[in-house]
Amino acid sequence: MKGNDSSAEKLENERHFHQTAKKPQLKPTPPPRKKRKLKSQAFREAMTGYFFLAPALVLLGVFLLYPMGAAFYYSFTDFYILTPDDVSFIGLENFKYIVEDAQFRQAFWNTVYFSVIVVPVQLSVALGLALLINKKLRFRVFFRTAFFSPVVMSLVVVSILWTFMYNPNEGLINQLLQTVGIPPQPFLTSPDQAMNSIIVMSVWQGAGFQMMIFLAGLQNIPNHLYEAADIDGASSWQKFWHITLPGLRNIALFIFITISIAAFKLLVQPMIMTQGGPLGTTKSLVYHIYETGFNYRDVGYASAMAVVFTVIVLVITIIQRVLIKEERG
Amino acid sequence: MRKKRMINKFTLYISLVILTFIFLFPLVWMLVSSLKNEFQIFRDMQSLQAFLPPAPADVEGGYFHNYVAAFQRVDLLRYIVNSLIYTIGIIIFGLIVNSMAGYALARFRFPLAGFWLGVIIATLIIPPESIFLPLYVLVYDLGWVNTYTGLIVPFIANAFAIFLFRQFFLDFPKELEEAAKIDGCSQIGIFFRIIVPLSKPVFATVAIVLFINHWNDFLWPLVVASDESMRTIQIGLQYFMNEPPIKWGQVMAALTVATIPMLLIFAFLQRYYVQGLTHTGSKN
Repeated sequence: MKGNDSSAEKLENERHFHQTAKKPQLKPTPPPRKKRKLKSQAFREAMTGYFFLAPALVLLGVFLLYPMGAAFYYSFTDFYILTPDDVSFIGLENFKYIVEDAQFRQAFWNTVYFSVIVVPVQLSVALGLALLINKKLRFRVFFRTAFFSPVVMSLVVVSILWTFMYNPNEGLINQLLQTVGIPPQPFLTSPDQAMNSIIVMSVWQGAGFQMMIFLAGLQNIPNHLYEAADIDGASSWQKFWHITLPGLRNIALFIFITISIAAFKLLVQPMIMTQGGPLGTTKSLVYHIYETGFNYRDVGYASAMAVVFTVIVLVITIIQRVLIKEERG
Repeated sequence: MRKKRMINKFTLYISLVILTFIFLFPLVWMLVSSLKNEFQIFRDMQSLQAFLPPAPADVEGGYFHNYVAAFQRVDLLRYIVNSLIYTIGIIIFGLIVNSMAGYALARFRFPLAGFWLGVIIATLIIPPESIFLPLYVLVYDLGWVNTYTGLIVPFIANAFAIFLFRQFFLDFPKELEEAAKIDGCSQIGIFFRIIVPLSKPVFATVAIVLFINHWNDFLWPLVVASDESMRTIQIGLQYFMNEPPIKWGQVMAALTVATIPMLLIFAFLQRYYVQGLTHTGSKN
């Protein structure tokens, strides 16, 4: 670095020398016109660029970056919504309380449990569905549409619908189970089953969406690879292991991270189906933040939890980035 | 060998049919039950009748009596209109603001362009769930609680949409714009008269993605539109579930109503949506 600097300096000195040496010989000329025109053109381009970009930047700044900063600031205060003028700085008190808060701990582990199960299951179901219908099939479009159909319903609609299907006495699923001789299950009202019932529904709702992305990925794998493998007499298992899976790696990682983050944001399903119960077994992190902020109006503490939540999401994202980079490198 | 292949095919189709049943039955049950009365819903649940529409002889008061009752019981129409204003508002302003930003980042050289692109992509990581409280405080201070402004404005700028537009405009041939520039067209004119009309696919894709995201939105409308007259459909649906008497037929009718716009989108515009999906998938 240093060598470069000194040589640049030398160059600069030389130029100075030449300029000072030559200057007296030159007649005074008007400043180069072309350059000036270029400069004003660059200026105009910059102005136009900012004219096009400014609305989005201002909106993102005000409604995304500012609240982000505000959440960070609130997390060190005792901001209470009903007394917005009486806010004092309390240092790390909120964060200390997070460690002691049994509800937070429960919500955190509930969310981890949900994510740790949903992510691999949903990923495999989506991949399995995509592989099943990535063939010449009769009614292929019909099957694809059927698997995708839960995606057209919103999470709210799906949650309400499944609450009725999970109904312990009259629900559709228990009625179906009864015809096969299985006694009615409590599903959402038992602490052992409630979260698992929500997991089943969530996988059912989301898998079709990722199936579509996998299908697109499968179509991007060049066909000649399979043809070459056929000539070499590879079994279909070998083809899957050595061609299909490596070809889907990046897409699978992308889907993995999307599902992980979405899973960590779990809110709508427990809010509608169980209100976090029974015995807090379905209370999620975001749900706990929501309740603290809006029901108990403790913005300071809720913000501290939101900061922790953001950090967790960031860590998941960074791990994924690293994984993808390693892949490429 | 041939026999084995036949058996393979057979198991494949059987598993496909079973999977189809698993994925489709809640939707079918919802649609079909919305046409039945309470007695028929519970009676039919004992058998596969649960997935068949009511026999014409069984229909009293028309197929759509649950829909009529649902609309009479709650101002569903108002909720739908609110949802439409909310989503379409975000789409219209979002298309303008985000396409302009994407164009700026794809075409113009200006100081800090790379920095802003980095900032915009970085905001993608911020989970909206972590900022809704301070955002609510901000919107409250602005006096926008229970207004369409408060619902729409915070979500106009969308980093993901900006990114999609930028990628599209990067591939857009420059020659047309240069020709227009020689003809004396201004930059703004070039963008709105030449670029926009030739970029319909990306506009359609972004519009559909925005529609699907915001039609299904739950948290923000719940927080900002606390007043009954401002509720969106996703929030209003809960009434049928929580306020007795709970009528299953009406619940199913209301759920169907909330799903119809999405069904229409997927039936007619699926091509654009899948394009958007694959784009996001392959870009990463």
